[in-house]
Amino acid sequence: MKTISSLLDDQWYQRYKKISKLNIRSSIYDVTNRCNLRCKGCFFFSSGEDKAAVEEMEVKKWEKFIGREKERGVNLAILIGGEPTLCFDRVEAFYKQLPTFCATNGLIKIPRDRFPDMMIGISLWGDEEDEKLLRGKDTFAISSKNYEGDPYTYYLYTINSKQIGKTERIIKNIRDVGLKVHMQLLSNDEGVDGFFWKPGELKDLRSEMDDMLDKYPDTLISSKYYHEIITTGKMLGRKFGWMECPSVSQPLDKRKPGPKRLIEFIRWASDLKTMHRCCTSETRNCSTCKDGAAHMSWVMVNKRAHIRTTKDLQNWIEIYEMFAKLYQFIPW
Amino acid sequence: MPVATDTKKIVIHVAQIVIDELKLEDITPETFDPDIDLIDEVGIDSMDLATVALVIQDKYGIKIDEDDYPKLTTVRFIAEYIERKLKLI
Ligand code: SF4
Repeated sequence: MKTISSLLDDQWYQRYKKISKLNIRSSIYDVTNRCNLRCKGCFFFSSGEDKAAVEEMEVKKWEKFIGREKERGVNLAILIGGEPTLCFDRVEAFYKQLPTFCATNGLIKIPRDRFPDMMIGISLWGDEEDEKLLRGKDTFAISSKNYEGDPYTYYLYTINSKQIGKTERIIKNIRDVGLKVHMQLLSNDEGVDGFFWKPGELKDLRSEMDDMLDKYPDTLISSKYYHEIITTGKMLGRKFGWMECPSVSQPLDKRKPGPKRLIEFIRWASDLKTMHRCCTSETRNCSTCKDGAAHMSWVMVNKRAHIRTTKDLQNWIEIYEMFAKLYQFIPW
Repeated sequence: MPVATDTKKIVIHVAQIVIDELKLEDITPETFDPDIDLIDEVGIDSMDLATVALVIQDKYGIKIDEDDYPKLTTVRFIAEYIERKLKLI
């Protein structure tokens, strides 16, 4: 039997020990069905999830619901939407009770006097041209002013096929406003012309992502193993997809055999009763799903499969650390 | 199969359950170090622990509270926990 310490030197072993007992239990919450943008390719609207449930309007009910989530063992609330900043009272209800991460398009500034250290992830879909095409607006111009230098904010940069060869300029812009960035890939749920991945592009992108990590290690929150997993959809010879996905709402998960999965994970709709199938679109084809968090979680829940070689285990540690940094369980 | 009730036997039995459930290779219940840290050395995670706990609950007819999981870090601690619970039945 291979043990952890037999595969790692002391420095790596200490890194492992810092994360080995974190026991992160996340769930995802649609804070609202409304948004102040309508981006092409946003799974929430393209799959009709904005109409899946009627929003609960009473903050008291949100507070009670969050209390129950806490009792269920959730220790990380990931707020998405719609646009959560349209409902600060609901965001605050989470923030007061649970470690909270809030995704936003960054157009409305989250007041730091009300949410001093809440982790914020700002969505970004490319350069000015792609942002205007896909989102109707160059959001970076606004969000970067709102959050310049904020120590608890990073960009969630969704890379599409047109961005290959252009990511460096965007990463530099983010660095220049004193923020960090995590990269993920567009799944193109709405089939926008020109944004499908063509053969060979993901390979090119992987090497570009690797280069960026070498060049901007203080700006990027990433790892080369993550780049491999997200661009190939493969881990240790296994293929990502429905039968491997860890991010399916647990009460709805009837898969047999059940894969390694996130314990007690649920993605809740804004009526606080309806559960969505998974962390992303219900209508998405799992075989082409590029969801970054699902891929990261896929690695994280398969720790023992990585206790094979020193390199495999180091890869696992780097991805777990990355996730823990993105959600503030360990410092940058 | 009757379950073991003295500490030594419980240790071996728990080691067997851990090996079977986690599909550990190149190890037997007799060679499994009962004091090895299951998280820091064997690399089990909370889902593995929950799986092991379910089998133990089933075999010994005891209840393992989830709040107690953090204490169950070695085969020996698990065996002692089982022993304590059995005495309460
Ligand atoms: S769409 Fe993606 S995240 Fe959802 S179940 Fe399929 S693979 Fe998992």
